[in-house]
Parts: sequence; C-alpha cells; structure tokens
Amino acid sequence: MHDIALEAIGSALERREFSSVEITSHLLDRIERANGTLNAFVSVNREGALRAAAAADAARAKGASGPLLGVPIAHKDLFCTAGLRTTCGSRMLGEFVPPYDATVVERLGAAGCVTLGKTNMDEFAMGSSNETSYFGPVRNPWDTGRVPGGSSGGSAAAVAARLAPGATATDTGGSIRQPASLCGLTGLKATYGRISRHGMIAFASSLDQAGPMARSAADCALMLQVMAGFDTRDSTSLEAPVPDYLSLLDRPLAGLRVGVPREYFDPGLHPGTEQAVRAGLAELEAQGARLVDISLPHSPLSVPAYYVIAPAECSANLSRYDGVRYGYRCQDPVDLRDLYERSRSEGFGEEVKRRIIVGTYALSAGYYDAYYRKAQQIRRLIAEDFREAFTQVDVIAGPAAPATAFRFGEKSADPITMYLEDIYTIAANLAGLPAMSMPGGLVEGLPVGIQLIGNHLQEGLLLNVAHRFQQATDWHRHAPAFTA
Amino acid sequence: MVSDWETVIGLEVHVQLATRSKIFSGASTRFGAEPNTQACAVDLAMPGTLPVLNREAVHMAVKFGVAIGADIARVSVFDRKNYFYPDLPKGYQISQLDYPIVGRGEVEVALPDGSSKRIGITRAHLEEDAGKSLHEDFHGLTGIDLNRAGTPLLEIVSEPEIRSAQEAVAYLKQIHSIIRYLGISDGNMAEGSMRCDINLSLRRPGDEKFGTRCEIKNVNSFRFVDKAIETERERQADILEHGGSVKQETRLYDAERNETRSMRSKEVAHDYRYFPEPDLLPVHVSEELIESIRAGLPELPAQKVQRFRTQFGLGAYDAAQLAASRELAEYFEAAATGAGDAKTTANWVLSELLARINRDGLEISACPVAAASLGTLIARIQDGTISGKIAKTVFEAMWAGEGEPDAIIATKGLRQMADSGAIEQLVDDALAANAGQVEQYRATPADKRQRMFGFFVGQVMKASQGKANPQQVNDLLRNRLDGE
Repeated sequence: MHDIALEAIGSALERREFSSVEITSHLLDRIERANGTLNAFVSVNREGALRAAAAADAARAKGASGPLLGVPIAHKDLFCTAGLRTTCGSRMLGEFVPPYDATVVERLGAAGCVTLGKTNMDEFAMGSSNETSYFGPVRNPWDTGRVPGGSSGGSAAAVAARLAPGATATDTGGSIRQPASLCGLTGLKATYGRISRHGMIAFASSLDQAGPMARSAADCALMLQVMAGFDTRDSTSLEAPVPDYLSLLDRPLAGLRVGVPREYFDPGLHPGTEQAVRAGLAELEAQGARLVDISLPHSPLSVPAYYVIAPAECSANLSRYDGVRYGYRCQDPVDLRDLYERSRSEGFGEEVKRRIIVGTYALSAGYYDAYYRKAQQIRRLIAEDFREAFTQVDVIAGPAAPATAFRFGEKSADPITMYLEDIYTIAANLAGLPAMSMPGGLVEGLPVGIQLIGNHLQEGLLLNVAHRFQQATDWHRHAPAFTA
Repeated sequence: MVSDWETVIGLEVHVQLATRSKIFSGASTRFGAEPNTQACAVDLAMPGTLPVLNREAVHMAVKFGVAIGADIARVSVFDRKNYFYPDLPKGYQISQLDYPIVGRGEVEVALPDGSSKRIGITRAHLEEDAGKSLHEDFHGLTGIDLNRAGTPLLEIVSEPEIRSAQEAVAYLKQIHSIIRYLGISDGNMAEGSMRCDINLSLRRPGDEKFGTRCEIKNVNSFRFVDKAIETERERQADILEHGGSVKQETRLYDAERNETRSMRSKEVAHDYRYFPEPDLLPVHVSEELIESIRAGLPELPAQKVQRFRTQFGLGAYDAAQLAASRELAEYFEAAATGAGDAKTTANWVLSELLARINRDGLEISACPVAAASLGTLIARIQDGTISGKIAKTVFEAMWAGEGEPDAIIATKGLRQMADSGAIEQLVDDALAANAGQVEQYRATPADKRQRMFGFFVGQVMKASQGKANPQQVNDLLRNRLDGE
C-alpha cells in the first residue's frame, strides 16, 4: 500500500479501494517503525492525521472529491502548523507551537491533504547534509551510512523510504533539488514569488522558495497546483494566474531547445554523475529535443555571492530569536545582555552561528560595499546570464549535485566543501528562476539527479519535460532497499 | 559671551500617522489599550510572519510631501535597521534609508516679531515605531508593551537652518499645524504622536563650517524643546568659552532638572547595518496618485494666513496664530461672519477666548461659547448696544452657560444708555457733586488734565452702572469741562 504514489493514492481513494484512515494509519505505523533508523520526522502527527483522514473520508462519503482529498503528506518542519510543534530543526524553536498555519499548509489542508508529521531538516535550513539539525542527522534510505542531502533531508528521506508519498520542502540555494538528487526523487523549487512564504520560517528572504517533493513530476504537479498562487500576506508573492500543470504534462518535446551550460560540467563534477546526466540529455534528444551548448559565464561566482547575501539576510531574519517573547530562553539570565548572549549561544547551533557572524560582518560599516553591494552586483550579472540564455533555449539542463550521497562527516568538517554541494543549484535562487531535480540514473547503487532550470513562471514546462522523461525512463520508480 | 555664538539646529520630527491599522500588519493603532492587546503575530515577529505595507500610510506620507511642496519619490525603498532591544521584536526596524518617499521641501514659519522664515526639509520617510519598555512597577524587571510596535511613523528631517529655540518652536508648531490640517496625525505630543530629536551645534557668526553637534533624543513638548535648546546651547557655549571642545554624542533632556545628559557617545554608536528589506517590494507612487492627493488637499496654514491678511486685513502674527489650528481658524471665521468685524473678532479670539480656553485646559472643539454666539456678542459692541467693557461681563456669563448674548444683555439690563438726555443728566449730576474737582481741573494746565478727566468719566460710568456709552460720556464731559 505504501508503495503507491501520490497521484495513485488519490485515485484509489476515489475508487474506494481503501480509505484515507487506512492509508494514513498504515503510513503512521511505517513512520513509527522507520523513524528510529532514518530520523526523518521531528514530530509525528498521529492523532491530528487520523482525525483529518476521518474527516476526509466523511467528506468523500458526502460526495466531496478531489485528487488530494484524504491523501497523506509530510511538511518540512519550517512550515508553521497551527497547534503542531514547528522547530525549524533548532533548539531555539524546540518547543515552539505556532498559532497559525503557513499558507502552503493551509492550501494543502483545504485541498484535503492529511499531515502525517513534520520532517527533519538542517537547522534553519542551513546545510546540505541534514547534519546541522538539533534533532540529529537524517539517514539516507539508499544507504543509511550516508546523508540524504539538505536542508530538506527529512522530506527527501521520508518520501524515498515510502513513509509519505509526497512532502513539502523549501529551497534557498538547492535545499529541494540536492536532497531530491541524493534520494532519487523529483523535487521542484518554484519561481520566486510563485508560492507564498507566509508562515514559512525565513532563512534568506530574497532566496527562500517552497516546492513539492515526490516520486514523479506528475505527483509534483498535483501538489504545486495547490501550493502556487498569489497571497496578500506575502508582498513578494506574484499575482500571476496558476496554469493547469497536469494538462501541460504530456506535450511532446519535439523542437524543444535544451541549453547545456558548459560551466556545469566542470572538474568538480563526479565522472559517474556526468555520465548519467549526459545519458539523460541524450534521452531528451531522442524525444526530439535539441541540445544547445550555452555559457552562463558568471556561474562560478554564484557560490561566493550566495554566501554573502544569504548570511546577510539570515543575520537579520534570526534576530527575532532573542529569548524575549517565544522560543528558547537561557536559565536565570542576570541582565538583558546575558539573556541575549546565552539564549542565542545555547539556542543556535554552530552552522547557524557561523552564518549570522558572516552576515553581520558583510553588512557592517566599512564592509558593506566590498561584500553585500558587490554580491548584489554579481547577482544581477547571474540573472543577466540567464536572460541571455533564455533567448536561445527553452530550458537549461545539467547536474543537480556534483556527486551522489556522501558519508556522514565527510564534508561537515570543512564548510567550504559543504557549500560546494550547491554549486549547480544556487544560481537559480539568485535569479529567482524555477528549477527541479529528477532522477536520472544510479551510480554504484546511489541515485543521480538531473537538474532542469526554466525561465520565470515556466514550472509547467519543467514538469512537462520531466514527465516526458519519466514516461521513457524508470529511474524515478527505483526504490531504496530500505525496509521499515 | 553666549551671544558670540551662532546656534545651528536641525530637527528630526517623528509623527505617528493616524492610520486605523499598523504600517505592516492589521492590528489596531488605538492609543491607551491594555498592554499587548493590540499586537498581532506580525507585530510580535512570530516566525514566518511577513510585513504587508499599509497603503493608507503611503498616502498620508505623500499628502505631507505635496503639502510642503516636496519631491515625491516615484520609487522608494524600505530598509532594515538592525539593533537588539526588547521592545523591537524583529531585532530590526523597517525604515527607509537611501530612498525616502518624500524628498526636499520647505515650510515658512511665522515668528513673534511679525517676520517669517523659510526652513528647508531635507526628507521625510516612513518607518515603524517600536514598542515600549516599562521600567516601573515590575520590581527590578522590565515590562514590554508591544501595542505601539508597528505604528506608522513619518520622520521629517529639517535642514540645519534653524538658529534659535524660538525658531525651532515656530517650526515645530508649523509642522504640527500642517499634519493636523492634513488629518494625517492627531499630533498629540503628550501621547507621543509627535516627538522630536534636536541636533544642535554652535559656531562663530560668519563661519562656514558647522561645529560638533549633539543630538538630544525624544523631546516631547514645545516647552521642553525650547528649554532643552536653551540649556544645551548654554552647556556647549560654556565648554567652548573655556577652550574645550564639544563631544559628538547622543543626549537626553531631563525636564525635572532642566539639563541634558549624555546617553551614548559616538564611539559606542550603533552600526545599524542597513540593507534593503527583502520582504517588501519597492513602493511605487504614480503621477495620478500624487495629482489626486494634490487636488484633495485642504487650504493649508500658509494659504490661510495669506487669505486672513488680505481678506480681513489682519497682521502677519495674528493671522498665523489664528491659522495655527484648523479648528481655531474655522471658529474665528464663523465668529467674524456673525460679528461683521474681523479685526475685533481676531482680538477677541486671541485674547479673551484663548485665555479662557487655556485657563480651563480645553480644546477649541470643547469651547462652551459657540462661534456664532461670540459673533453676535461682538456685533452688539459694534452696533452700540453694549460697551466693550460690558461685553466682557456678557462673555463671562456666556462662558458660564447662561445663554445667548442678547438674552443675557436683556435679563441683566446691560443695554447701553442710548438716551442722550439721560446721560447729560448723569454728567451734570457728577459735575455738581464734584465741584471741587471741577475747579481743580480747570486750574490745571491743559496738557496735565488727562488723569483727572478719567476721574470724571469714571464717576459718570459708575453712576450709569456701566451702561452709558463711553464715547458719549467722553464727548459730553469734554464739552462741559473744556468747552468753556
């Protein structure tokens, strides 16, 4: 039952093959058995989920229907869930129970989705391996000695291990695409502003964007259909109509121009990964797409620019965690300074502190021009590269991550090595473009992701390309040998 | 010598805008509610909440800009001003640094000597207010009230063109008057709706360069502004006279001790690490909006002063006094219409009426004497029904709520004696009763008789119980005493 994909669960519920309560309790049991090993969930919402499932079944009995009615999913633990603990992977919010739902949670809930629980993540979404979570690392179900990627590692592990058919995630520099790549999933980061950030705990406001993570492009399309759309509570949300993504999935790829950026096939790319990505590109070509050699000349500057802008924004975004109104507060503060210093020193982990310090430094008097302003200039150049590229091509394709999943501790000692995990994904965030990762092969038994980057609001085209690819390949059907 | 120094003053005025809800949230801005009952999730900076700009605040800022003839920025940008304080929930204040909504403008202020002066306004920008820290009543702890957090502020920055406390107060009164005319703020200084920071330095007259300035924070009444400037000017002059140099710092004015005190020096000044607020889009103001706001502006204080001068022949200072508040100006105009004599009405309003209002601590809107009634009273002086002196008696009765002027004159029998025969009789009686004084008067040289003449007038008026027409009495006495 757990092996059924998201879309198929909806159809099965529609045909009354099983009830929402049945599939929900089945998955809850599975989570209970697997979570000790995987640590994919920070909180399991057993009672709430069963209540919601029963309500969905009752609604269906009264004639209600819908592709997501009664379908259980998981939420990354930075989407606020009313009455359900939302930790952001941090001790700082270890006991935080929001009084409101994030727009994403609200919309999926209104469509009938059942919330199984909240998935583990790198603390405040800062990390590429899920090793920075206060609640411990998540294990990759393909090889439990390896990381699932990050920061949406919990969502990726949960979907890959068939604990949930789909999950929400967020991507600031690759946090959907890199774990999707490392766990053999399809994950999409929407255009900046396509999905409301209201109730989504901020890491870097100008880069953060949500998206779905599931097994196939079709499943992602179903979730995105509900998640996307204008929201008055987020001033950066786009007032553009949401297309019918499902209806766009099947368009043939003949004549599609696929840009292949030279810079994405650099010496840092693992040969096995490159081979798999090239094979995937050949498949697109076989379907009538034309591969176009392109250059994104400023790509090599994306990591340094990102590691100024994202920390700068995070240094301000995380100032609200001061021990005054909610969240972690140190024991017996002697004065205000002590309250601030100890609450924040004890409440935040190392990586978060490192980025707050970097960001504070980059914004300081005398350094702003050299760092923040310069990084913004690079950001504009990177966006310009894409604008130029999209005059010649319809989509851009390349690797999502430099290699397959790595072992615990392999990169956590050196932040720079870890930061390079996002070398191919960061540019799309800097330019605000939609991008996704889809399974494109296995190297030594571990999944490889192919990244697709589209022009603004071209989520429909990305899902179309991925869907056609998945019609011709079965990489997305491969499941890890993990047993719960 | 203090007089050897020129005082250079620039003022930063914070005006709370009278929007119904806060600048970035839907919470109410009403003053005086129970602590923390008007702070929503956004004001509390709960995780995942986002600011949404209140359009009304933008319109009010534009209104002010148009009223002072300023450049309105077609695009203005919000920034984050970072600092930690318990009453600043986000750990940053959303403000505008490089691109304020209102650019360069000016106001003309009337000075007590009848002259006027133009004072430049550098800029005015939108920002949010912080909450309040309450240090009393918490036994060594600090209470935080976030009702005020997020209240919209317009910060109006003047050029350093103010040269005295008197000019500073006149400037502030002009700003106060403009914001009240526009209805964009109640300007209530006691409730903090208008607060002022004073930048003050001294230099030798004729010097081009400014001296080192001190900033006096948060002065909240016209009187305190006047006193703070005087005491700070003396303090700086004293330092300079003794060969010392003024230290650039932020100071506080202590009204109880009438002195300014150091708050923090430049060395420990905050580095606010401003950067553009990524959660808000740049604010666009269209030409149409500016024009529609311009078309809807009421008659402003300066225009009213001009009209009062030409239409009613009032002096500059009187006109400015009357136009200072929209309510007072409207009262004056209504009274003058009934009275038929604007100058006499202006005198009555500025002396009798304001004295009474100030004595009883009332607002003009709560004045117990209606404008039309005051007009009738003045008309009764003009048509000779009563004397100016009797009119004050009638006014007292009106203030005490005894009714309309005509009724009071009738019931109290205050009507002036119009019968010249009767007055002649009173004059003759008075002269007969004071024959000795008459002789003495006649023996006195003509240029020294005035005081004695007054004695006779007094006698007649007393005999008439104040009802004789003073002019008639004067004429008759002149005739009787000097005519022979």
